Amino acid sequence: MMRTSSITRDALVAAGALLILAVLPLAFPGKAFSDFVIRMSAFAVFATSLNLLVGYGGMVSFGHGLFYGLGAYSFALLMQKAGTSIPMAFLLTVLISAGVATVVGAICIRLKEIYFSFLTLAFQMLLYSLIIAWTPVTGGDQGLTGGVPRPEFLGIRLDDPHHLYLFCCAVLIASLFIMYHFVQSPFGYTLRMIRDNPRRAGFLGIQVWRVRLLAFVVAGIFGSIGGLLMSLFVSSAYPDFAYWTISGEGVFMILMGGIGVFLGPLAGAVVLLLLADIVTGLTEYFGLVLGIVILFFALGMRKGLLGFLFDFWKNRRAPAGNAIPGKH
Amino acid sequence: MLRIENLRKAFGGVNAMNGVSLDFAQGSLTAIIGPNGAGKTTFFNLITGAFRPDAGTIMLGDENIAGMSPPEIVRRGMGRAFQIASIYPTLTVRESILGAVNAHRGWHARLGRRFPLAGAKAQADEVMELVRLTSRADTVSGYLSHGDQKLLDIALALALEPRVLLLDEPTAGMGPEERWQMIETVHALWERKHMTLIFIEHDMDIVFKYAQTVRVLSYGTVLAQGTPDEVRRHPKVIEAYLGTHFEEKEQA
Repeated sequence: MMRTSSITRDALVAAGALLILAVLPLAFPGKAFSDFVIRMSAFAVFATSLNLLVGYGGMVSFGHGLFYGLGAYSFALLMQKAGTSIPMAFLLTVLISAGVATVVGAICIRLKEIYFSFLTLAFQMLLYSLIIAWTPVTGGDQGLTGGVPRPEFLGIRLDDPHHLYLFCCAVLIASLFIMYHFVQSPFGYTLRMIRDNPRRAGFLGIQVWRVRLLAFVVAGIFGSIGGLLMSLFVSSAYPDFAYWTISGEGVFMILMGGIGVFLGPLAGAVVLLLLADIVTGLTEYFGLVLGIVILFFALGMRKGLLGFLFDFWKNRRAPAGNAIPGKH
Repeated sequence: MLRIENLRKAFGGVNAMNGVSLDFAQGSLTAIIGPNGAGKTTFFNLITGAFRPDAGTIMLGDENIAGMSPPEIVRRGMGRAFQIASIYPTLTVRESILGAVNAHRGWHARLGRRFPLAGAKAQADEVMELVRLTSRADTVSGYLSHGDQKLLDIALALALEPRVLLLDEPTAGMGPEERWQMIETVHALWERKHMTLIFIEHDMDIVFKYAQTVRVLSYGTVLAQGTPDEVRRHPKVIEAYLGTHFEEKEQA
């Protein structure tokens, strides 16, 4: 009874969030707003999937952009070269990402800390090099040319900007809903246990590598969905989608939004994209401003924006001296 | 219940475990003592799979578990708590124990259902009550006192309903009063659960008051074994570990 009610409640919250996103263009009718939300959706799904590894699993991947690039190119190539329908291309992209994540994860997840981080980065740069070198298929450093076909399915026309907006919002909400239930499941708590103390988890009978591998595959799938949304938006795929800076941006989003809060990466995606849009309009030194902002979060607000707000809210509610930080 | 024969382990040129053979009867309460470097923790590491033995057999019931991984050994009924409490610092006491119960029941990889599972709650509550942590259930483990962290470590092992429970210095780092409270809790657990309990301990007052049998390790070998009375009067044990002052204290 408890389980059903909590899932129903979460589904209602998700439906409510989708409804709000659906009507927001009435208040902000410009194209800039809908484009912002679509880009934010792609990055929020990507960053949240990275946080499954970093925040919940203690696996700091420097190469999660591998899946962002893989998702973008798989989907775009399936649509462009194989002429599949959008649902089929979506499904195949998920399957391809799951397969690649299984192989890469099986190699990486047994390594510890910095070795894991750099090996994932090496795999990402391998994909980047492949994209650059395999020009006949990928378009090389120019990216895929000719656009990504977006045929109608189930009455949804993704070449219509409003339909595309709603579709991306729906994918964002559905992805967050699934990932939220993933981290709230017994598996999600096992992942936290392994993050905190993998040795102890082994002495409770848990096969640590299996749990880590499954988390890696799930994160890879949703990372690729982020790239898929971006390729739908730009109607192409570019080598930059697989470059290491994408992984860096994912880490920055987590850092800014809050590593210990489920919606932290989403908040981080909003902050980083807003920052990029505003600052690049004012100065060409975006990197410098971004660096200062990241320093601010790294030194002064380590729990990120949402982590800070949660602590502030809890401290106001708790009697003096009883507030315990770090548990959201 | 647990029978070890000719257990050997070397690290480089150092023989940490040099042909140890020991028996632990079903439901017994045994203390392992010995000077620092005697191989007590290495012995635990070998029989729980943290280290792979170079030679020897470790029979848990009818099965040789030597060379198995820790998860495989745990699933065969061996639980362990550590000298330095090994807990989950960001999880609450309740979450930690529920996680251990899930692991024991094979529910730890379940998806599509919310944590905690209803079936795990009763056992987690019982374990918390056994180790007297009910009042700390919603405290984040990293904020517990040292003694409560040690209790939580034991609780994690208890959640596995082990046939054999190994406690590595359960009273380490505690004040005198806290030590006795801890060992009384451990003793009560042993009486209630009827498991085979083996503990490493340096406090001889505790060892000789609570242990049914005592095994003495020194330089990776068994120096002596027997009842507390037999061991405390054993000349080699007095010479190598207890010291003559202990004998004089006993006589006084």
